Amino acid sequence: MPGGARVPGFVNCDETIERLYYYLDGELTEERRVEIAFHLDMCGPCVGAFGFEAELRKVIANRCKDHVPDALLDRVAHALQDERVRQGN
Amino acid sequence: MADQAEFSDLAMDYMSTLYSAALRMTRNPSDAEDLVQETYLKAYRAFGGFEAGTNLKAWLYRILTNTYINTYRAKKRRPEIADVEDVEDLFLYRHLSADQPVGLGRSAEDEALERITDTEVKEAIESLPDTFRMAVLLADVEGFSYKEIAEITEVPIGTVMSRIHRGRKALQKALFEYGSARGLVGASGDGK
Repeated sequence: MPGGARVPGFVNCDETIERLYYYLDGELTEERRVEIAFHLDMCGPCVGAFGFEAELRKVIANRCKDHVPDALLDRVAHALQDERVRQGN
Repeated sequence: MADQAEFSDLAMDYMSTLYSAALRMTRNPSDAEDLVQETYLKAYRAFGGFEAGTNLKAWLYRILTNTYINTYRAKKRRPEIADVEDVEDLFLYRHLSADQPVGLGRSAEDEALERITDTEVKEAIESLPDTFRMAVLLADVEGFSYKEIAEITEVPIGTVMSRIHRGRKALQKALFEYGSARGLVGASGDGK
């Protein structure tokens, strides 16, 4: 991806990729966020990378679900019940 | 002061995500169940000190994380392979982007993402060293902010950021390797 001279208020591809995670994580200042958003509006390769990383994040979150065994639900309910009794509530 | 009678109503909603997190941490269903039960008991006992209206999920995760570290991590010390310096930025994106004709339907990388299975993601996360695994779990699976993760793990925010960024690199490398094993990467890819 091409680099470029830094102009105040504008970021180049290298800077965008460097900050991509902060941007995705919503952890940039408003000023920085606007700079990155603007670059992404203008740059096909960078927005492609951004889109992929955003999608990857969703895939990771969605594929990490597990079925809770009924036995565990029972165990915890009983343990809390026993604790309530123990505490005299 | 929060009321213990309300505890079940509020906290049991999080059983599913806490259980998943416990599985990723302990890598063992039996330990995961024990960890979840212990977490709920500790949370119930401490609930009087929980400030109603604040972030219950983060509060529960802090108990889960501390219990894991104190009980389970202490027991099994795995060597921490922490070197991801050779893993480039956008590792997965770059490795999956084979030379494909532009504009003809879905890209190679979109297709590869769609084909990633539950098992591959879970195993990839579970294969990471502890610090990376926790960071990726809290940031990407659970969606906590850097600040929340810093509070949950009691680690400075700068360290949190570093672990997340490096953890993601390690995860992408692991996903790529599992994908290669499944033959996801085509002839023009860099798979082994």
